[in-house]
Amino acid sequence: MSNPSVSEIRKDFPIFSAKENDSIIYFDNAATSQRPLSVIEAVSDFYKRNNANPLRGLYELSTRATEEYEGARQTVADFINAKESSEIIFTRNTSESTNLIAYTYGMQNVNEGDEIVLSIMEHHSNILPWQMVAQAKKAKLIWLECDKETAVIPESEYSKITARTKIVAITHVSNVLGITNPVKKIAQIAHKNGAVIVVDGAQAVPHFKIDVQDIDADFYAVSGHKFLAPTGIGCLYAKKALLEKMPPFLRGGEMIEYVTRENATYAEIPHKFEAGTVNAGGAVGIKAACEYINKIGYDFIEKQTDEITSTLISEIKKIPHVKIIGNSDPLKHCGIVTFTIDGVHPHDIATILDTEKIAVRAGHHCAQPLGAYLEIPATARASLYFYNTEEEVKRFAEKVSKIRSWMGFKD
Amino acid sequence: MDTKELYREILNEHNINPNHKRDMSDSTISLQGINPSCGDNITLNLKVKDNTIIDGTFTGSGCAISQASVDMMLDLVIGKSKEEALTLAENFMQMIKGSASDSQLESLDEAASLQDISKMPARVKCAVLGWRTMKECFDKDSDSQSASNPECCTE
Repeated sequence: MSNPSVSEIRKDFPIFSAKENDSIIYFDNAATSQRPLSVIEAVSDFYKRNNANPLRGLYELSTRATEEYEGARQTVADFINAKESSEIIFTRNTSESTNLIAYTYGMQNVNEGDEIVLSIMEHHSNILPWQMVAQAKKAKLIWLECDKETAVIPESEYSKITARTKIVAITHVSNVLGITNPVKKIAQIAHKNGAVIVVDGAQAVPHFKIDVQDIDADFYAVSGHKFLAPTGIGCLYAKKALLEKMPPFLRGGEMIEYVTRENATYAEIPHKFEAGTVNAGGAVGIKAACEYINKIGYDFIEKQTDEITSTLISEIKKIPHVKIIGNSDPLKHCGIVTFTIDGVHPHDIATILDTEKIAVRAGHHCAQPLGAYLEIPATARASLYFYNTEEEVKRFAEKVSKIRSWMGFKD
Repeated sequence: MDTKELYREILNEHNINPNHKRDMSDSTISLQGINPSCGDNITLNLKVKDNTIIDGTFTGSGCAISQASVDMMLDLVIGKSKEEALTLAENFMQMIKGSASDSQLESLDEAASLQDISKMPARVKCAVLGWRTMKECFDKDSDSQSASNPECCTE
């Protein structure tokens, strides 16, 4: 699409014209994005016209459902540049993807005394599965720490990745700081040390083009709902050679070859990792989301998000008592602006902004180790996406400037 | 009362200039109450003599709702018997669930201004922190250290 305008794009999102949401400002996109009509209709159309249980029916309707489902897998594979569609496992979300890796690859390959390297800015979904593996296997968790001002992980931290490291688990983009980690470089270091790299891509896929082969990621975890797809569908990319050696995660229907009273052999990848009736409606939705993004283009998404993020940061930076967490360069935020206001608890910030019809997140953002490291247990977070506008950002900044007075401070 | 009015008329004053926020060296019961996910963290100190709460203070930090609510609670329970304080706690819990009677609301005096919190499910845990901690002070064995509420405000 050539030069789409934001006002045109907003018309693609029915939620903004619903009468319940009149003049609402939705700045909680890092929690979940909104869905364009094309995604909603693709899901609805699947159930209206093509629904049957994919992968097992011997009749035409089921074949169509299978084609829809497997077509979605191919679209997602192309979207993140996987070599083959069999390297895409559909899951519910990033958390399920990281758990899949931990329970299969992790439990199989991590042994006593081994190390798992994480970054301090991980979301709990890329921490807890590794804590589980480390506890079960008597392995050790090692933390890459970031600079508290710039949010960048200094290269000196990379030396924590050693021959003892079995897994490096790191987020591509932090859901609190918005910073992008150099995962391609970290993958090289992991590989040099004989480790695999697990990349949490939940906050990256919405914002820029992902190329899993260029990164040389061994595993790349994605949630659909962060980038316009329905909730309940996500995926795990994994290199074919790894998937083929991994044991199944969940066992049951669909993922088998033969089952006897005592034993079973498993289906080929990717189906070995997709037990039970699959979420075909969700897969069709994630396909439509990829197509929507391809249509408007990541260039537009990045440009629009960077512009409004720059305005937001420069506007609220002027407000006394407001502190922005993370890098001073707005272009290093992927639309995520986490902040505090002296004397005002973040939950009160969110409640007060809600009275102005502004939706922001407040709390620990599922990254408590980061909060403890930065000594800021709770923060407020505005997270922008390409359908947000300059006007919204300015109205937001104006309201933020009044919060201390609404909270009874006589500045 | 709309939310901003609630802050302006009630919460801000108790949050910024609380009546009872200070240490107490001669408390008979002290208990920490936390909402771990929010960072709300108070220590409630009570001085109980002959079954009567003769003094109470709190320390700690948290959102305006948690801090104001515990301050209002202490306004209300100082001078009351344990049983009266527990009845008030029960009335407060009923109010937060949206099911208090008029007489229960009346018993809560200024704390009844928090009744609209029942319509803000995300903030209920903040409002009840002080009351829950007081209840646990009386309910639990003396060896318990904290009234923790891990379900609070999860993301």
